[in-house]
Amino acid sequence: MTAVAVIVTVLLAVAGGLTLARIIRGPSILDRAVATDVLLAVIVAAIATEAAYSRDATALPVLVVLAVLGFVGSVSVARFAARRDDTSTSTTSEGSQP
Amino acid sequence: MSSDPSTEPTDRAHPPLSRTARRRNQAIAVTALVAVWVLLWGTLSWANIIGGLVVAVVLLAVFPLPPVTFAGRIHPLPMLRFWLHFLRDLVVASAQVAWLAMRVGHPPRSAIIAARLRVNTDLNLTLTAEALSLLPGSLILEADRRTGTLYVHVLGVTDKAEVERFRRGVLELEARIIEAIGSAEELRRIRENPADREGVPA
Amino acid sequence: MSLDVVFDVVASICLIAGALLSVAAGVALVRFPDLLTRMHAAAKPQVLGLLLVLVGCALRLRTGVDITTLVLVGAFSLATAPVAAHMVGRAAYPHEDIRTDLLVTDELAAHLDRAADEREHSAPA
Repeated sequence: MTAVAVIVTVLLAVAGGLTLARIIRGPSILDRAVATDVLLAVIVAAIATEAAYSRDATALPVLVVLAVLGFVGSVSVARFAARRDDTSTSTTSEGSQP
Repeated sequence: MSSDPSTEPTDRAHPPLSRTARRRNQAIAVTALVAVWVLLWGTLSWANIIGGLVVAVVLLAVFPLPPVTFAGRIHPLPMLRFWLHFLRDLVVASAQVAWLAMRVGHPPRSAIIAARLRVNTDLNLTLTAEALSLLPGSLILEADRRTGTLYVHVLGVTDKAEVERFRRGVLELEARIIEAIGSAEELRRIRENPADREGVPA
Repeated sequence: MSLDVVFDVVASICLIAGALLSVAAGVALVRFPDLLTRMHAAAKPQVLGLLLVLVGCALRLRTGVDITTLVLVGAFSLATAPVAAHMVGRAAYPHEDIRTDLLVTDELAAHLDRAADEREHSAPA
């Protein structure tokens, strides 16, 4: 099991590094939001792997929080990005408008 | 589009809900919320169930759900078939996107495809869009409620023939969903318009 | 070979496969040409990768309470990821820098033009 943990850690570290590169390079805020979502998925995978490796379920509630948090994060960034030029996005957002 | 709100409530495709349908929707929502609450606590006890009921009722009173028409019923075997097919698609699509990422050479080409669903209900539109979004390689850009059309961004499309094949794929996915949860009337509409003849928007 | 060993081996395979999908997503994020294609890459660790990792984790922990939590994590993510992707995609479509030269066809552009036309005609009335 230790070998598996090492392999997974290395793979996830590489994935996290590549994602960070995209977060830094951007270019737009939406690119960063998408990359942050992926980074969050990598973090979820890391925490779950740690729980699986040590057979310790203490961190599992964190996963529940992260699963919801990522959604709230990217939706609010998308709202913010859409709000800046509301004139043309509002044509297509039926149902979400009050 | 929302340009003409006066037609919205009497729209044939989105009729207002009857009282019993609303009650049933609320009952389903309460059951689902209680289930989530019990799962969060991890143990099935009366205290958890009653606590969950209180939370669910308060939540539904504060955030009422939009009306959803559910005319059909759940068919277990087609449902199983839908899930198996979905899992297979998921693995295949993930492998394809991973291959596109690793491949050396030209950046992948993509397409934005309009697929007009045959059953224009909110539930069907939502479920088809959810299933498509969950698959890597297809992404919902826009959903037109009035005509029941999904605008899908598809990765790795190289020519027009593949565009048509993908459109057929969307309609087949819709057919599997309707077979799993649709009503007899919706099923008939699916059978009358096979996937290879329909779906091209007017 | 005991059942425990089988579970552990399957769990290991699931965990490694999930991590590999994450790496593929990272590579895709860096290499893909525009926002929409990168979003396809993002869907991978969020859906199949997550499911694999959760299955691996459940196979290792094997207690009821933990498995219900893992099921919840999976259900939340599967229910919310498409909504988030749709919001980002809709915010991105006509405005962000999208490589239209790489599109085989764009059937949404025609639809948006039509919608804009309708709005123009109905606005003065």
